Amino acid sequence: MDFNKKYTPQTWPDHPEQVTLEGKNKFLGFWLFLGGETVLFASLFATYLALKNKGPSGMEFSTNTLFELPLVFVMTMILLTSSLTSVYAMYHMKNHNFRGMQTWLAITVLLGLAFLGLEIYEFNHYVHLGFTYGQSAFSSAFFTLVGTHGLHVVVGLVWIILLILRNAKRGFSLYNAPKYYTASLYWHFIDVVWVFIFTVVYLMGVVG
Amino acid sequence: MSHDAQVYVRSQTEFEYIKQKRKKDMRNQVTSFAIMIFLTLIAFTAVAAGFSVYLIVPVILLLAAVQVVLQLYYFMHMSEENHQVAAFFLYSAVMLAFTFVLTFLTIVWWG
Repeated sequence: MDFNKKYTPQTWPDHPEQVTLEGKNKFLGFWLFLGGETVLFASLFATYLALKNKGPSGMEFSTNTLFELPLVFVMTMILLTSSLTSVYAMYHMKNHNFRGMQTWLAITVLLGLAFLGLEIYEFNHYVHLGFTYGQSAFSSAFFTLVGTHGLHVVVGLVWIILLILRNAKRGFSLYNAPKYYTASLYWHFIDVVWVFIFTVVYLMGVVG
Repeated sequence: MSHDAQVYVRSQTEFEYIKQKRKKDMRNQVTSFAIMIFLTLIAFTAVAAGFSVYLIVPVILLLAAVQVVLQLYYFMHMSEENHQVAAFFLYSAVMLAFTFVLTFLTIVWWG
């Protein structure tokens, strides 16, 4: 397989990410990895639910006084929108529009950075209130769960930025199409996890 | 090279057809995005409105599940063919996930 072969919109395959053997393997392997990630987050969610609002007596923080919904709402909207922009980037990939894809991935990165900035602000705010990582079982479980998600956002951002830069002058090939495709799957998965975080941690935390 | 891929050049009709099909897929994705935004709004509004806990919790969990299904099937393309193994991996993980939550909660809350 010649990975550097140039295609045109007329000859570009319907599923460029799954033409080569490497692409097929990446696709399967990546879904297996996402299964593993689901199990990882399940263990963190289970831990959080078990330890929610538990702390040394006399110094508890509780979810319904700690969390602020407007901030979480803005973060949710930003991440949800970034999921749409990365879908739109993949639409451009299918149509063999390289510049379109790079542009929309760059917009995805900007939205991801905005989300990350808000999360850092939020964590910083909690630490100033005295709700630090080691403060209680609840705080450790909270920071581990939401922080692991934040770490995934960082990894996803670094991944997409590197793809954009590394392939800027290369254009499309069957070599980099699977890379872009899996990166976009990863970004959607981050959003899937966030849907459960904003529901289980923040919304269910505020109702009690 | 002996391993060169067969390059298939589409006819103009096929090309127009596939472009239309992709547009339709993209429109479906925008629709599911609109539904996701709407479901998120309902969830936040329900909590802000302060209904009973026993009403809100099942409702927002259901809304989250619907959103995740939309995300998986439309944004992550699981509705396309050729995703059986992907679905197998994911649903096995989801089964484990439910077991984890159930076990942890029964041990800590009723243990």
